[in-house]
Amino acid sequence: MTNSVKEIAGADFILAIGTNTTETHPVLSLQIRQAVKKGATLVVADPRRTELAVLAETHIQQRPGSDLALLNAMAHVIIAEDLWNREFVQSRTEGFEEVKAAVANCTPEWAAEITGVPAETIRQVARGYATSPRSTILYTMGITQHICGTDNVLAIANLALLTGQIGRESTGVNPLRGQNNVQGACDMGALPNVYPGYQPVADGAVREKFERAWGVPLSPNPGLTVGEMMDAAHHGSLKGMYIIGENPVLSDPHQQHVREALEHLEFLVVQDIFLTETAQLADVVLPAASFAEKDGTFANTERRVQRVRKAVESPGLALPDWQIFARVANAMGYPFNYSGPEAIMAEIAALTPQYGGITYPRLEGDGLQWPCPSHDHPGTRFLHGEKFTRGLGKFHAVSHIPPAEVPDTEYPLMLSTGRRLMHYHTGTMTRRARGLAEFYPSEHLEVHPEDALRYGIKDGDLVRVTSRRGQIEIQARVTEMVQPGLVFTSFHFWEAAINALTNTARDPKAKIPELKVCAVKLERVG
Amino acid sequence: MSTVTLTIDGIKVTVPEGTTVLEAARQAGIAIPTLCHDPELSAPGACRLCVVEIQNMRNLPASCVTTAAEGMVVSTCSETVVEARRTILELLLANHPEDCLTCAKSGECALQDYAYQYGVRKAGFAGERHDYPLDESNPFIVRDLNKCILCGKCVRACDEIQGRTVINFAFRGFATKVATPMDLPLGESDCVFCGSCISVCPVGALTPKQMLGTGRVWEMRKVRTICPYCGTGCTIELNVKDGKVVGITSTPEGTVNGRALCVKGRFGYNFIHHPDRLTAPLIKQPDGSFREADWDEAIALVAEKFGAIKTAHGSDALAVMASARCTNEDNFLANKLARAVFGTNNIDHCARL
Repeated sequence: MTNSVKEIAGADFILAIGTNTTETHPVLSLQIRQAVKKGATLVVADPRRTELAVLAETHIQQRPGSDLALLNAMAHVIIAEDLWNREFVQSRTEGFEEVKAAVANCTPEWAAEITGVPAETIRQVARGYATSPRSTILYTMGITQHICGTDNVLAIANLALLTGQIGRESTGVNPLRGQNNVQGACDMGALPNVYPGYQPVADGAVREKFERAWGVPLSPNPGLTVGEMMDAAHHGSLKGMYIIGENPVLSDPHQQHVREALEHLEFLVVQDIFLTETAQLADVVLPAASFAEKDGTFANTERRVQRVRKAVESPGLALPDWQIFARVANAMGYPFNYSGPEAIMAEIAALTPQYGGITYPRLEGDGLQWPCPSHDHPGTRFLHGEKFTRGLGKFHAVSHIPPAEVPDTEYPLMLSTGRRLMHYHTGTMTRRARGLAEFYPSEHLEVHPEDALRYGIKDGDLVRVTSRRGQIEIQARVTEMVQPGLVFTSFHFWEAAINALTNTARDPKAKIPELKVCAVKLERVG
Repeated sequence: MSTVTLTIDGIKVTVPEGTTVLEAARQAGIAIPTLCHDPELSAPGACRLCVVEIQNMRNLPASCVTTAAEGMVVSTCSETVVEARRTILELLLANHPEDCLTCAKSGECALQDYAYQYGVRKAGFAGERHDYPLDESNPFIVRDLNKCILCGKCVRACDEIQGRTVINFAFRGFATKVATPMDLPLGESDCVFCGSCISVCPVGALTPKQMLGTGRVWEMRKVRTICPYCGTGCTIELNVKDGKVVGITSTPEGTVNGRALCVKGRFGYNFIHHPDRLTAPLIKQPDGSFREADWDEAIALVAEKFGAIKTAHGSDALAVMASARCTNEDNFLANKLARAVFGTNNIDHCARL
C-alpha cells in the first residue's frame, strides 16, 4: 500500500475494485466501514455482489476481465470533463499526453459495451473520484490475476496521477496483500529478478554489493517465476526444487500440469508444517516450526515490520525455517553462521536500504513502516509525498484486452475463484482449526438462478464443472451473488480442487496467472 | 486548546475542555470503577457504577458522561458514593450466578473484582433470577445470558467496531436481554464470529468456546505476536499454558487492529498443536512411502542431491519457492541460499496467487 491501513477511515471517496475485503481482509474492512459511517462515498467494482458491494453507494458489477475498459473510461471522463489536476500532472508526472491519446476513444459508452456497466455510472464514479478531497483506491487479486494484471494496476496508477490522489494522507494506490508476510517475502528478495529491497539482479553495481557481502559471484540473469518454474520442470530443464511453506498442487493454476511438473523433477524437497498435497510428492520432507514457535518479523500490507515472538516449542524435531536453511547451506559448503533471527535482521538492514534503520529493539511497540533508511528515521506512513521513487510519476498508456479464454458454445460460462472468510489459501491451517472446519466444512459453487434454470440445477445439487484442463464435482449454491454467466468458488478445499480447471495463461509482465477468468461448462451429476 | 481545572479528591487536575470527569480522574491516577464504559466506544452512562459526588449537583452523576467544568469539586470515594456503588453491585449480584468457582472469566471479571474491592459478599436483595439456556449454537462463542449485566458493550462493539449490529437489546424491564434479530441462536444469525464482543465483555457472559476448561486466566502466559493469516498484520496474544497455545486474545494495544480480530485470527489456532504436524524429516522410499529420518541424514541427502544437480546441469537447474507464511528472516536466508549457495536467481513465492 502506498498509504496506511488506518488512513482508509479518513478517505472521502473509496473505490474498492476486485477486492472482497470483508471476507479476505476482515479487520482492514472495518476502516472502510468507519469511512462510510463518517460519510465517505464507497464504490465497489466487483463482478460478484459481495458483502462490501452491498455496503456501497454504487456497485459496479462489471463483467469479469473488463476492468481495464472501466478504468480507462474513468480516465477518459476525467480528462474530457477537465477534472484532472493540472498542477499535479505538470509538476509531479510525465507521459500525460500518451495516456490522453490512449484513452481518447475510451468513452463511457464504449466501456459500457465491454463492461456491462451503464455509461452514466462510469461518469459519476469518475467525477466522484476526481473531485473528492481525499480519494483512495483499494484492490486485490481481482485486478491482478488477469493476463492484463499489470496494465490494470498501471491504469489505476494513471487515475491517481491524473487527479493527484496520491502522496497525501487517505489517498493512494493500495493493493491489500493477501498473506501475513507476502509483503515481507517480496521485500526479502523472494522474487526472481530482484535482491532484497527490490534491487535488480541485472544491475551490476547492486550485484557487486551483494557479491562483496556474500563473498561469491552471483548470477546476472533474472530467474524464473513460479509458473515458469512449473513449465521448466515439465520440460525437464529444471531438475531440483526446494519448496517452502507453499502448496502449489492446490494453489497454482492447472493442477494436472503442476503435478506432472513436480513429478518430473529429479529431486523435490518440501519444507512445511503439514504433509500437504505438494509435500506428498516430495523426495524429502523437512518439518518446520509454525509461526507460534519462532522469533522473527512479518511485514504487513502497509509495509509495517512487526515482531513475531516464539510462544511454544516445536513438535518433535521440527525447526524454524532459517535454521533448516542454515543446515542446508552449511552442508553444501557455504557457512550460514547466525546466532538467531536478530542477527539475520542485522544483515538484512545492512543490505536493504528500506530496512536500513530497522533493529529488533526499535520494533518493540508499534513496529516500523518502511522505508526506514536510518536508525533515527521514524518510518514512513505514506509514500510519494514529496516525490515519486523514480522522481516523476510515470503515466502508462494501456489498453483493454479480453481474457485469454472467453466463453464459447462448448464452455459457455465464466469461472472465477477467490477466498472465503472462514478459510485461508489451500486450507492446510484453517481446515485443521477445529471451529473453522466445523462451521464451514465443505465448499460450494455459486451459480446464478438464471443459469441454474438453464442447466436444470437446484440449490444443493451436485454438479460437474469442466474446463479444457480438468473437472471437479461440487455442490451448487444458487445465488444472485454472481452475475448471470459467472460461476465462483474458492481454492481452499482439496475435495473441490478448482485449480484443476483454471488457466495458466499469464500476464506477460508480472507472470501472474489468469485465475480470475476461464471458460467452463456445467452439468448436474446423476 | 482551552482547558478547565477541577479538583478531584483534593487534587487539582487540568484537562482539555470536553474531557469527562472519569477521564480527568484517570489522568490524575484516580481509579473509578466502570462496567459499561469503554474508551473506544460511545458512552451510554448505563451501569451507574462510576457515580461520583460533585459539589452543588443534585444526586450522584455518572462520571463517564459528565463533562469536567471549571472549578468543579469532585469526590470519587465519599461514603455516599461508596454506598451507591455497593448497592449497584448488590443489585447486579442479585441476578447473577454465584459460580465464580467454575466461571471461565474468574480472575479477569470486572464484577468479581469490584465485588471484592467493595466488599460485596452476597447479594443484598432476593428476587427472581434469570434462567436462560446457554447459547452454544456455534463453535466459537458461548453466550450465557444469565451472567449478562446488560452493560451493552457487546452491542456497541458489534455496531461501532464491527459495523454489523448483529445483536441489540430486546424486550423490556427484567426481561431485557441482548439478542439477535428474532432472538435466534448466534449460530443462526448473521454473526461473523469476529469475537469483538468477547473482547469487551466485562463478565463471563461471552466466552471463547475453544478455551473453556483449558486453564484459569492467571495461569496463562500471554505472548504478543502477529496473526498468521491475511496481510493486515493484526496483533494477537497467544495464551500459553503448559507449553501449549490454548487460546488467542486481542489487546487494545494492537497497532493496526486494536482489539478487533476476525474469526480466523481469534479462533483459527488449533492447527498449531494438530496431530498431523510434521515431527521428523521424511525420506521417500522406492515403494513411494515415507520413512522418518534424523536431521543429519536428511540434510546430507538434500545437500548431496542438490549439489549433484548443480554440478551436472548447472545452477539454473535448481529453484527455490519461498513462502509468504514465513518470516522476513526465513525469506532472506531462502534468498541467500538460492543466489549464493545454489547460484541461481530462480526464487519466487506465491505473491501472484
